[in-house]
Amino acid sequence: MIYARGLIKRFGDFTAVDGIDLDVAPGEAFGFLGPNGAGKSSTMRMISCVSMPTAGELRILGMDPVREGPRIRARLGVCPQLDNLDPDLNVRENLTTYARYFGLSKSEARSRAQNLLEFVQLQEKATSTVEPLSGGMKRRLTIARSLINNPDLVLLDEPTTGLDPQARHLLWERLFRLKQQGTTLVLTTHYMDEAEQLCDRLVVMDGGRIAAEGSPRSLIETHSTPEVVELRFTDEVDYTGKLEGIGRVDPLPDRILLYTDDGDAAVNEVHRRGLTPSSVLVRRSSLEDVFLQLTGRTLVD
Amino acid sequence: MVTTMLAARVSLSPSRVGAVINRNVGALRSGPSYWLVLVSGFFEPLLYLLSIGIGVGALVGPITLPGGRVIEYAEFVAPAMLAVSAMSGALSETTFNFFFKMKYSKTFEAILATPVKPFEIALGELSWALVRSSVYTGAFLVVMVALGLTSPGWALAALPATLLVGLAFGGVGMAISTLMRGWQDFDMLTTGQFALFLFSGTFSPVQDYPPAMEVLVAATPLFHAVELVRGLAIGELGWSLLGNAAYLLAMGAAGLVFAARRIQRTLCV
Ligand SMILES: Nc1ncnc2c1ncn2[C@@H]1O[C@H](COP(=O)(O)OP(=O)(O)O)[C@@H](O)[C@H]1O
Ligand SMILES: [Mg+2]
Repeated sequence: MIYARGLIKRFGDFTAVDGIDLDVAPGEAFGFLGPNGAGKSSTMRMISCVSMPTAGELRILGMDPVREGPRIRARLGVCPQLDNLDPDLNVRENLTTYARYFGLSKSEARSRAQNLLEFVQLQEKATSTVEPLSGGMKRRLTIARSLINNPDLVLLDEPTTGLDPQARHLLWERLFRLKQQGTTLVLTTHYMDEAEQLCDRLVVMDGGRIAAEGSPRSLIETHSTPEVVELRFTDEVDYTGKLEGIGRVDPLPDRILLYTDDGDAAVNEVHRRGLTPSSVLVRRSSLEDVFLQLTGRTLVD
Repeated sequence: MVTTMLAARVSLSPSRVGAVINRNVGALRSGPSYWLVLVSGFFEPLLYLLSIGIGVGALVGPITLPGGRVIEYAEFVAPAMLAVSAMSGALSETTFNFFFKMKYSKTFEAILATPVKPFEIALGELSWALVRSSVYTGAFLVVMVALGLTSPGWALAALPATLLVGLAFGGVGMAISTLMRGWQDFDMLTTGQFALFLFSGTFSPVQDYPPAMEVLVAATPLFHAVELVRGLAIGELGWSLLGNAAYLLAMGAAGLVFAARRIQRTLCV
């Protein structure tokens, strides 16, 4: 579905995407995980054949975006990072009008719009204008709009950023259904839980480059330990030395992370050394830890 | 390969251009504010016609055309107001509304994620501006016939000329909009439009202007619009009308191509 080699995007002197390689197969849910400014949106815009690569090779659905942009875009569904719904149209018209850009007939547009309104649970809002909708509703409408042409490949740029947990879960559930229907999904996120929930495979992106690639599980296995102990101390003492040997120690500003195979054993050892942290949390490793390992920074600040 | 690239660039889909127009029809239904703007846009030139063409015309008396024919002052001013309404109809659509869709509501950005190309957006917007412009001029022509300022036959002949005027100003309006940095730039546009309105042979024959001024005016678009529309509305035909028409056609085409390129350059980055 997507093939990229040495893909580069520059804005003037600034390199936003710095030579990345990608292969996305049909039916896959593929993710870009990275902090703000990593180059996720720039990459997505190249994949959606709106922005042209500065250099490198790019094939979408086996075609060249430079020469066959309209033919490729006809088969893509694009949900941009910032909603660009039409404020002059109501909810239903946002879908039917968009359908016409793909050359669908009026009646086809109406029936697809109806199905999609049901799919994203916005039937009751069909005649409302866009402006009073909540963030989650707008996002759902944008996703519905991106599906109006029955796309082979759906591109979602930060589908749930800025939404409350309830709205996020509803969206995840809808996206999961899409995935089950066999639609190829490509999404960007800076939420590790989103990446873990939705992606079969992902790349960790930072500073325009791909830092690592794999399934969420394999990334964790490769770049982290199975368990992590989070320790907080009330005093300002440097505990790094005192914790040496228990696991790999990673001091953060507000807590200390201990990477270990067995969290409970590590906690016992901490207590055996007479240390008294104010709080102790044993948890499984997450993509957040992978990111921290790879870049030395946290994902969401 | 060069030819396929060229073909991809040039090939247009009427259905996609139609979809861009369809979007604007949809927006029309959405609120009364648009209708208010639409109606006020029609009345402005009509008020000028009544106050100046007929009111001031009573003081000025008849006008002698360069060919020697003598017509009423209102007959002289009315076609100019017709050209002005074609201009303002096309401009209001391709400036304020176009700018809003390009810069603020990100409507064009959304459209560009579909198979629709920048040139098709520009063409759709221009066509829509022509629809609005011809609603104005159609209504204005009816008023002119009713007031005996032109005959039904010449009114029909003038209608395509007003379309050409709409095309010219619509094209340039879009081009200007793509260059606008913010709403404050529109003040300049409004001022420029008003200057054209006053000095394009609208209220007095350009032959009455000082020679230097006459040359300057002859270079500006509304002059050609007024000449063409007036020639047809009062049935004073001449080869020079072809020159006026060519000027307007070139202006519209240049504006259209430029606007499409700017949409591409600013939104497809
Ligand atoms: N149109 C643009 N012009 C100049 N710089 C840009 C443009 N778009 C993005 N950038 C820069 O490129 C970098 C990557 O941006 P982006 O791809 O949006 O990252 P992400 O989506 O991962 O947050 C950022 O530093 C951003 O400021
Ligand atoms: Mg982004």
